[in-house]
Amino acid sequence: MILVWLILIPFIGGLFCWRAERWGDKVPRWIALATMLLVLVTTLVLWWQGDYHLPKTGTPEAVRWAIEWHVPWIPRFGIDIHLAMDGLSLILIALTGFLGVLAVVCSWKEIAQRVGFFHLNLLFILGGVVGVFLSIDLFLFFCFWEMMLVPMYFLIALWGHSGSAGKTRIRTAIKFFIYTQASGLLMLVAILALVFAHHANTGVYTFSYLELLGTSMSEPFAYWLMLGFFIAFAVKLPVVPLHGWLPDAHAQAPTAGSVDLAGILLKTAAYGMLRFCLPLFPEASQAFAPVAMALGVVGIFYGALLAAGQQDVKRLIAYTSISHMGFVLIGIFAGTSIALQGVIVLMVAHAFSAAGLFILSGQLYERLHTRDMRLMGGLWGRIDKLPAFTLCFVAASLGMPGTANFIGEFLVLFGTFPVAPVVTVLASVSMVLAVLYSLLIMQRVHFGPAQGEVHFSGLDWREYTMMLGLVALVIFFGFYPQILVDTTLSVTDEVHQLFTSGSVGAAIQSLAGVR
Amino acid sequence: MALTLLPLTFLLPLAGCLILSLGYRHLGERASAAVGYTSVGLAALVTVFIVIDFLSGDRTPQSLTLWTWVSVDNFRPTIGLMLDGLSVTMLGVITGVGFLIHLFAAWYMRGEEGITRFYAYMNLFVFSMVLLVLGDNLLLLFLGWEGVGLCSYLLIGYYYEHTANGMAAFKAFVVTRIGDIFLAIGLFLLFTELGTLDIATILDKAPALWHRGNPIAEAAALLLLGGALGKSAQLPLHTWLADAMAGPTPVSALIHAATMVTAGVYLIARMHGLYDLAPTAQYIVGVIGALTLLMAGFAALAQTDIKRILAYSTMSQIGYMFLALGVGAYSAAIFHLMIHAFFKALLFLSAGAVIISCHHEQEMARLGGLWRKLPLAYAGFLIGGAALAALPLVTAGFYSKDEILWEAFAAKQNGLLAAGLVGALLTSLYTLRLIIGTFHGEQGSDKARHADPGKGLQHGLPLVVLMVLSTFIGAALTPPLADVLPAGPGEGVEAGHTALEMMASATAIGGGLIAGWLFLFRRAWLKRVVARGPGAWLWQFWHRAWGFDALFDWLLVRPYHVLVRWLQGDLIDALFLIPATVVRLFNAGLVRTQTGRLRTYATSMVLGAALLLLALAMGY
Repeated sequence: MILVWLILIPFIGGLFCWRAERWGDKVPRWIALATMLLVLVTTLVLWWQGDYHLPKTGTPEAVRWAIEWHVPWIPRFGIDIHLAMDGLSLILIALTGFLGVLAVVCSWKEIAQRVGFFHLNLLFILGGVVGVFLSIDLFLFFCFWEMMLVPMYFLIALWGHSGSAGKTRIRTAIKFFIYTQASGLLMLVAILALVFAHHANTGVYTFSYLELLGTSMSEPFAYWLMLGFFIAFAVKLPVVPLHGWLPDAHAQAPTAGSVDLAGILLKTAAYGMLRFCLPLFPEASQAFAPVAMALGVVGIFYGALLAAGQQDVKRLIAYTSISHMGFVLIGIFAGTSIALQGVIVLMVAHAFSAAGLFILSGQLYERLHTRDMRLMGGLWGRIDKLPAFTLCFVAASLGMPGTANFIGEFLVLFGTFPVAPVVTVLASVSMVLAVLYSLLIMQRVHFGPAQGEVHFSGLDWREYTMMLGLVALVIFFGFYPQILVDTTLSVTDEVHQLFTSGSVGAAIQSLAGVR
Repeated sequence: MALTLLPLTFLLPLAGCLILSLGYRHLGERASAAVGYTSVGLAALVTVFIVIDFLSGDRTPQSLTLWTWVSVDNFRPTIGLMLDGLSVTMLGVITGVGFLIHLFAAWYMRGEEGITRFYAYMNLFVFSMVLLVLGDNLLLLFLGWEGVGLCSYLLIGYYYEHTANGMAAFKAFVVTRIGDIFLAIGLFLLFTELGTLDIATILDKAPALWHRGNPIAEAAALLLLGGALGKSAQLPLHTWLADAMAGPTPVSALIHAATMVTAGVYLIARMHGLYDLAPTAQYIVGVIGALTLLMAGFAALAQTDIKRILAYSTMSQIGYMFLALGVGAYSAAIFHLMIHAFFKALLFLSAGAVIISCHHEQEMARLGGLWRKLPLAYAGFLIGGAALAALPLVTAGFYSKDEILWEAFAAKQNGLLAAGLVGALLTSLYTLRLIIGTFHGEQGSDKARHADPGKGLQHGLPLVVLMVLSTFIGAALTPPLADVLPAGPGEGVEAGHTALEMMASATAIGGGLIAGWLFLFRRAWLKRVVARGPGAWLWQFWHRAWGFDALFDWLLVRPYHVLVRWLQGDLIDALFLIPATVVRLFNAGLVRTQTGRLRTYATSMVLGAALLLLALAMGY
């Protein structure tokens, strides 16, 4: 039941925020903050109490998930409301809660219009995301997958900034919507085809994840279905030819929107690949892996090169996200346990570092009223501690050891090298490009001759606490990532086994056959 | 006992850094400086204790694991420290020389804006550097390795308002990072092949797995060498070091002379077992060292900025260390590393004293005739310069450099030996040119005429201590390397040693005499030679350090800029406009049919019906 509450709390909180607007702007903010704190604390308590260690393959299904909740929804088609939590979903939900709190806090002053409705949308996104992480019924998963888009659309369309070259926020919002909607449809088709294939084999309609695992299909058929899932996730991650919506959306979304986009929404894609793409179609994924890794390398370089060419500081950060997600893609399709752990650490690390950079550029915008780096320069010493914090996140973004990003990237690379040395070498070369684009932020914004004498107001305690907390987390996980590893080891081991066992047989038998 | 104190050597500087960065508002200039040098001073005290304890014990390597960094599968790097002769030596140099430089910086940086930031970075640097040499596995070493790179970047760009300084810092970071790619790939390869990153285990396992000359061993050794080249500013990744002189002079002394730039030497010495298995890679190390020492020696002759002369001299001296590594004389390399840290720190600090005394003037043409006014700096230059030029018997540099030449001779590497001897001649030449140009002759500007000498303990003490260490007294400090590093080829052989010593001494003294004659009595002639013709061309060529900057600019920087500019607008994204445009075209076409005129609608309806009927008729 607690799982249902995790999803419901943000939705209910959102409705309260909306109605509470009449009592002033402050009330929705506090309600939203309380809501997200509640989600965060609940998750942390679950983490503290639960045991996420090693449900070994072959254990009964009851132990497969740490917590599970199951009621029928549309029995005729085998659609259930089936929620379950394991180490991976737990970590991502904790992350959602944390970034949700940050998103609320960082829009405390930025958003002044329709405050209640803003928070309704914000909390609905987060609720949808939690639903995505918890659903293990494919139909339900799809519902939540679509559900997170709509409020994001409003967030960009109503509270966004206008971009350069006639890019209005409406246009951006529509672009975002079309990209994700179209790819979502592909996934729906793939889900339905999978269900029918399962029906053809067994005569039972079911959308249950565990039941569908190990559905036998002809090779090309599995390949096509895998592609359906992959493309849907690839748009969200984003993988390079399909990334077009991201820079616009990031540049023009309000800060909270960017934080959620980079921090959580992109991670739903990686989660989807880890949870569905690889386990459901291990052989097809294995066959597709070289292509996926090549796409990952292309993404790393493309994102890095484009980031260096941007003038808009938020667009720059958006392209760096594309570059970092290339590592995630490589790690997922390398499929070794080390690489998969790297993916998880990198997801968390990138959530922190990208959120940090986006919040900082939001704070910069509030003071300078521009995001154009040509108009900045020499800000060090003129905005108190803001540049120093930027430096910390820039260091994280370029993968400086001691930050969680380093652990993530290097685990991915260490894990990929035995499988695909060429890919690893190419990805390593991007370390230099990462330095170039990351330090560009420092060089252009904070170093160089001062563009004026004005001293801007320093960080207030709200901003200061946010940044200090993020920096502390980035460094903490840089020196002690083991917490994340221990919590998710069972999940990555399972994915790894499914992925590498050439004949899917043994692993799936032990997984699915125990029922 | 000593082992449990070991973490303090990096935790104290870290604490200093944290105090400075969190409390910068409440700390004045003096308090900041005090926190900065006290933290390193305490670390140095702890080091003294550890060194005494280590030397009085049985000197066996000990290790201390703090916690497991991350553990997945067989990937289990630790936050673990290693205490052996090599790390003790490095630790001593870093905290000892580091403390003296921190102390001197309190004098040097007086009145500068942002001194808290300066000391925070410096302390962070010492923290990273100590971790680099203490780490018992390659991943922790890599942490220190990258950390010192970041601090180097921040400190080179310390005067952030000058765009040139920012670019120099940027260049330093990027060029060294190119080397780091190789190092990282080397780590991936070693881990994949050996299943561990623990240094001791690697050195244990490698000989069992690989025979001498095994291609994988060669590859791994070359990859690690790539990292070392970047950090230690050796050919072809040396271009950043001269520009790095944009940082404050104490930074140049600490990072770009005494410690960070020698990290590559440390790395290769640390992984010596690997290089023993890879003769080709090892030979390449020696050749690169020899080439660099010659290249940098010639470049140093044609510089006019006193700090740039010292920078090229540093490159050249590290070239000697690489040469020693290349002939398998690891101890000789580390010994020269230590001695070089003493005298090069002394030279840089003396240069700093000159620069501050002459109101931030570092162009040799505008200095000159300072020896009466700045006696302490003059003494520093004389003693440090003598050690650099390896003046026989009385200087520390003589003993360390002589050992390298002797090892090269004993290894029968005559080419490398010849390069070393020519380099010694060059060293004498540029050192004397530097000293004569700065301290003798006419004062070149008002700044030099109105030089006021530095005063106080913070200025004097570091200089005097380093002067003592640069003489034969410093050479008496023998690093306890016998248990860690294998004996060099020259160990236990004596034939020809005295002859070689004589030859090296003669080269150094001869070079000095030539230089004295040239720069004191033949000045006008020299000026004429470099003013036009081939002399001028050669001068320019060496002044620009053999044109490597231009080469890389053309080879790498410009293509990168072109690529970035070409991609700027996100071409792939633009492709996705095509479907949108197609839809719009259809839309435009179909909109035309919606005229609102009954006539058109009726016509189109009739036409449609006719077509339909026609189709039906054709079908049947």
